[in-house]
Amino acid sequence: MKELIAFPILTLILVVQTAVIARTPLLGGYADLMLVVLAAWALQDRVTTAWHWALLGGAIVGFVSGLPWIVPVIGYLLVVGLARVWVYRIWQAPLLVMFAVVFVGTLFMHILSVFLLRLLGNPLPVGDVFGLVTLPSLLLNLLLAIPVFAMMRDLAGWMYPIEEQV
Amino acid sequence: MKDFFARSLQTTIIFLVVGGILALALGGYFGSASTWFDNSVVSAQTWVSTRYLAIQDFLTTPRDAVTLRQRNVELESEVSRLQTQIIELQQQITETQILAALVDFSHANPESTYKAAAVIGRDPSPFLHYIIINRGSNDGIRRGMPVVTNQGLVGRVDAVIADAARVQLVTDPASAVNVRLQNAKTDAILIGSVTGDLALDMISQDATIEQGDVVLTSGLGGDYPPDLLVGQVLNVRKRDYELFQQASIQSVVDFARLEIVLVITNFRPVDISPLVPATTP
Repeated sequence: MKELIAFPILTLILVVQTAVIARTPLLGGYADLMLVVLAAWALQDRVTTAWHWALLGGAIVGFVSGLPWIVPVIGYLLVVGLARVWVYRIWQAPLLVMFAVVFVGTLFMHILSVFLLRLLGNPLPVGDVFGLVTLPSLLLNLLLAIPVFAMMRDLAGWMYPIEEQV
Repeated sequence: MKDFFARSLQTTIIFLVVGGILALALGGYFGSASTWFDNSVVSAQTWVSTRYLAIQDFLTTPRDAVTLRQRNVELESEVSRLQTQIIELQQQITETQILAALVDFSHANPESTYKAAAVIGRDPSPFLHYIIINRGSNDGIRRGMPVVTNQGLVGRVDAVIADAARVQLVTDPASAVNVRLQNAKTDAILIGSVTGDLALDMISQDATIEQGDVVLTSGLGGDYPPDLLVGQVLNVRKRDYELFQQASIQSVVDFARLEIVLVITNFRPVDISPLVPATTP
């Protein structure tokens, strides 16, 4: 039953993203709070619902955004997949994995967005996009990574408490 | 009776004599003796006064400190309450000013009917320039309706749900608006960009454009009503080897600070796609 907390949390994240974060840009880019939260959630050891969160997060972002809905769904699923694979490879340094996942995930999301938007006839100049949108977004996402990781770790600890062995 | 008068007279004389001596001593008429007397009195007075004040402080200060602390807490809470009130009132004043300007605009343009909406968010993707407003199909908002402020054109409704709508700004990279230059009397296409800058394209090489020329919607294509103010020409790029001139535009709307917008509800966009001839291979 505790798993249902994904709905209010992801909705709240979307509200914060559209009402606050999207209004505080750095050059042309801004942070993707949903991506950072999903990456941090997928990196928690005991979490078993990361894929569900990615699907739900992608669906609600796709519903609100003017982007084709497939972009956030595929992008967030890839971020979770990346986190799940890397967390077992570099398990000693979860923060390092967090940074790596956020970095690669952001790049992938932006490449996918630009590719699909250009495919749909949106004339996005790649040079401008990289310099004015992607790099500032990367920086902001990496800045958000540490506090979000700490919050998600606390949430995971509350949802999946460690059972004491008798 | 005689004794009574004699004692009274004696007492009066003693008082007068002693009083006179003291007056003379305080007046400095007795030289060093007077100075010694003055110093002694003043020292004694100072000592008593100092001790008294010290004792008074000792007895009264703790009580005052408690009272002051309580009062300080009360005043601090009062100040924070008033500061909150000031912020709320400033917000209300700002909203009232915006609404008053929008009402003036709607009065000045009575041919259209408007629905005011608050901007409640922006698109989660940094590649798109969309806003989210708090009016939807329940309020009569439909896809394609133009959105303006008292300053000028903002964009048009792109998607609608029951109580909210998504508006594509004219600064969006995918936006293209047919406009005309008021002074040059020529048509052009207004396009947005990923940085939010506006530019004019497809301006005829024959047209004479100057900085400051006013840009209005032309109404061609049926997407927007004509004569909505868009902005002013900032600079022109004209090259002989190109087919068209280009110009950058300074928008009259501050898109970073959009709070309240007006949706023109009596305008229906015309779909001219069936009239566009299909290209044959």
